[in-house]
Amino acid sequence: MKSRAARSFLLWLLAMLAGAAIVWNSRFSADMSFFLPGKPTAEQQVLVNQLKEGVVSRLLMLAIEGGTPAERALLSRQLRSELAKTGDFVSVQNGEAGSQEADRSFLFKHRYLLSPAVNPERFSVAGLQSAIANSIDLLASPAGMMLKPLLPRDPTGELFTLISQLNAGAQPNSRDGVWASRDGERAMLLVQTRALGSDTDAQEAAINAIRSQFATSAKALGLTDARLQLSGPGLFAVNSRATIKDEVTRLSLISSLAIIALLFFVYRSFRLLTLGLLPVVSGALAGVVAVSLAYGTVFGITVGFGSALIGEAVDYSIYYFVQSGKNGLDDWRARFWPTIRLGVLTSICGFGALLFSGFPGLAQLGLYALSGVLTAAVVTRFVLPQLTGGDLAMRDLSPLGFKLQSAIKALRHLRWPSLLVAILAAGLLFAQSDTLWNPELSALSPVSQKDQAIDMALRADIGAPDSRYLVVINAANREAALQAAETTGVRLDTLVVTGQIGGYDSPARFLPSQSAQAARRASLPTAEDLSRNLNAALTDSPLADKKLASFVAEVQTSRALPEISRETLNGTSLALAVDSLLLNHAEGWSVLLPLRPGESNINPTLMRRTLDGTGALFIDMKTEFDKLYNDYLHEAMLLSLAGVLAIVALLAVTLRSARRLAAVLLPLVLAVLIVIASLHLLGERPHLLHLIGMLLIVAVGSNYALFFGSTGKDHQLDPETLASMLIANLTTAIGFGTLALSEVPILHAVGVTVGPGAILALLLSAIFVPRETVR
Amino acid sequence: MINRLLGFLLFAGLIFPAHAAFDVAQLMGELAKHKSGKAKFVEKKYISLLDKPAISSGEMTFTAPDQLEKRTLTPKIETLRLDKDLLSIEREKQKLTINLSNQPEALAFIDSIRGTLTGNRAALEKNYLLSLSGTSDKWVLTLLPSEQKIAALVQRITVSGIKNQIRSIEYLQADGDRSVMSIEPLELK
Repeated sequence: MKSRAARSFLLWLLAMLAGAAIVWNSRFSADMSFFLPGKPTAEQQVLVNQLKEGVVSRLLMLAIEGGTPAERALLSRQLRSELAKTGDFVSVQNGEAGSQEADRSFLFKHRYLLSPAVNPERFSVAGLQSAIANSIDLLASPAGMMLKPLLPRDPTGELFTLISQLNAGAQPNSRDGVWASRDGERAMLLVQTRALGSDTDAQEAAINAIRSQFATSAKALGLTDARLQLSGPGLFAVNSRATIKDEVTRLSLISSLAIIALLFFVYRSFRLLTLGLLPVVSGALAGVVAVSLAYGTVFGITVGFGSALIGEAVDYSIYYFVQSGKNGLDDWRARFWPTIRLGVLTSICGFGALLFSGFPGLAQLGLYALSGVLTAAVVTRFVLPQLTGGDLAMRDLSPLGFKLQSAIKALRHLRWPSLLVAILAAGLLFAQSDTLWNPELSALSPVSQKDQAIDMALRADIGAPDSRYLVVINAANREAALQAAETTGVRLDTLVVTGQIGGYDSPARFLPSQSAQAARRASLPTAEDLSRNLNAALTDSPLADKKLASFVAEVQTSRALPEISRETLNGTSLALAVDSLLLNHAEGWSVLLPLRPGESNINPTLMRRTLDGTGALFIDMKTEFDKLYNDYLHEAMLLSLAGVLAIVALLAVTLRSARRLAAVLLPLVLAVLIVIASLHLLGERPHLLHLIGMLLIVAVGSNYALFFGSTGKDHQLDPETLASMLIANLTTAIGFGTLALSEVPILHAVGVTVGPGAILALLLSAIFVPRETVR
Repeated sequence: MINRLLGFLLFAGLIFPAHAAFDVAQLMGELAKHKSGKAKFVEKKYISLLDKPAISSGEMTFTAPDQLEKRTLTPKIETLRLDKDLLSIEREKQKLTINLSNQPEALAFIDSIRGTLTGNRAALEKNYLLSLSGTSDKWVLTLLPSEQKIAALVQRITVSGIKNQIRSIEYLQADGDRSVMSIEPLELK
């Protein structure tokens, strides 16, 4: 016996060490991937890529408050120049004059290779006549004044054509030469990090660099009352991770301390307490190990779920200690283990259903809880008895049990009232069923309301792009991608003309495909031809052709210009625009064409019809998000249903009695109804995780109902069993209930549902207990 | 720079009904009484690059205190609209909006023009030296920029009128090009 115990302990210890080694090497993450689909559709893949590495995910908005406008402008300039030096940022913009000089000179120099208006007809007599007449018309107009100095060099107005394609959207407000908020009280900057949005460590480093540079600059300028406000997806990720990290520690600590205190109060023995926690520690470790092995990355939220697992996993040792105290191990194995095993199986059915979820976070939670519960049960059954030996020295809990017995008798009177309450709850839920569920994925987001409000305010002040509408094209190589962007652009142009869209961005504007560049270059005439055509075209024009010598010369220069490549764009902000819209990835190249809405909303049907046959994909990010969440919700409903059915089937096969099955199930159904209706009355808007919580009430709550239901006529519940059930139920309620304290909506929802649900399940099971079960 | 020039151009968009006045104060007093007006205009731009002036024409409307619309009908339709500090230009499906509060020099012009339209002498004298010549029947108001930044864009603005009507605005750019806008009031409210 001694050596077997030592062997078991050694085996267990080895397993634990191996597990610890795996956990040590695991990658933990607290980013958005928790919410992103594991098997995305083509549209969802775009969404995922954008969230992980898209430009929008790398934007940080900065607002400088305090001081005078001039002081803020000074600080803004200082901050911009210092941040630009660090190399951590792809761009730092604050609206300073001169920052667009490089862009303008690039566009002007390459105008004949860039302008879509350049074709052979452009330089014919008729083409020149019409283009130059148009430029002269422009001169007469207010908008034409900016063209006057450029007219001798660019009489056909190519620069005007290029600039008018660019974003004509609202520019941020400006004070003292730098961007300002709408009310002018804050200086605004827009920063794009070099680090990907999904690289939370690097985002955190970038944010810290900004903050410390701000402090340094403000101090150097003597602006003591200047404050920095910052927002963006990167900050959300960093804050969420901090929240989750903090909560994992805090919740596990609260839950552990409360459960340890309860167990110590019951056991009054350090030895039993330590032994009792053994399965819990094993389970928690096994959970992380399983997730790490299966998914590679462990989400912080998954670990946060550990506090609930502690409460659930400790149940098995409680049953063992309390129930075997009087009659010994063998009796416990014979009488109680089958019931406990059934309880473990129902829990596994519940958590196991989540494994099939396409919502990766949910699948991880399922695997984590499943492996944790299973391991705790196995350790309790096979390792714990070896270590305790025959002598448990458990305190006699029958006095508590007797009190419970008489309480249960009294509880019977609550049968009709509790049925009535449940019927009212069902009625309420049915009446509110349309508006009951929260339809937004953002309900699950760990970003606090305050952070979201700050973000909205900064976004509105700076007019940061939200990139809601995108056209996406995939191609094998860069040239094909750019050509596709050009042909799709032609179709989109028709929509701009009819006003269906306000405009769009395209990388081909600044980096035309080689074939487009070659065609434009081929359209450029020789000096002789151009001079001859100009002479003919301008005979009756107020503009004399001899004033256009620099035009003729520059067309010649353009014929010999090297082809525009991505490197040509270096040093301009256009490089950034191209890089963010033309993406190279493992499968090839993708082009993004963000759309700007016109006067009316963008019509998805029309968009798809316009793009039909081009292979281009139209994506509305908002719709995709909503669809994603609805898919999750729909799937979660099916999974919950499947989980419940599996539990019912399992119970039916084991109990072999419709009456006993009903006795087990009725309290659970009532508990679910009452919990959800109460949450609704308390103003909580249930979402996907509440639904999962409902499944878990059934999965976890059935453990208690089983003891009442499985005893049969000859086995009536003894006082010790009743006491163990109460204690186990309390630890579970503490474990899940602790999650209700969480600020992370996912954990909060499960906690607030399953915590009270577990207690109600026990209470209702006691109320509806068959008369013969309790003496 | 573009925005500044565009703002600057609003000078061409002036209309202000006026009564004859011998001195600036009287002229301003008369101008202040008239809140709104509508007129036809013909604008000739003398640009050194072109052998002939570029000519445009259309209609203008002013609604006190700060709404101005200039609709060019020939050679191309184009609408320029000023609503408080928001300047917008619409041309062939293209719309450009500029917030003038971001452009201090352009705003100085606008404020001065508004000053004239609404008879606000103090606002005018903040940026310009005013001189008035002629009689109340036929007067000429000259505005010379007193600020270097404005002077870099415009040398002189000359507004002339007959009795209570503004009949022309001439505006001489720093580079020597000039534009002359002849105004024919359609109705006076």
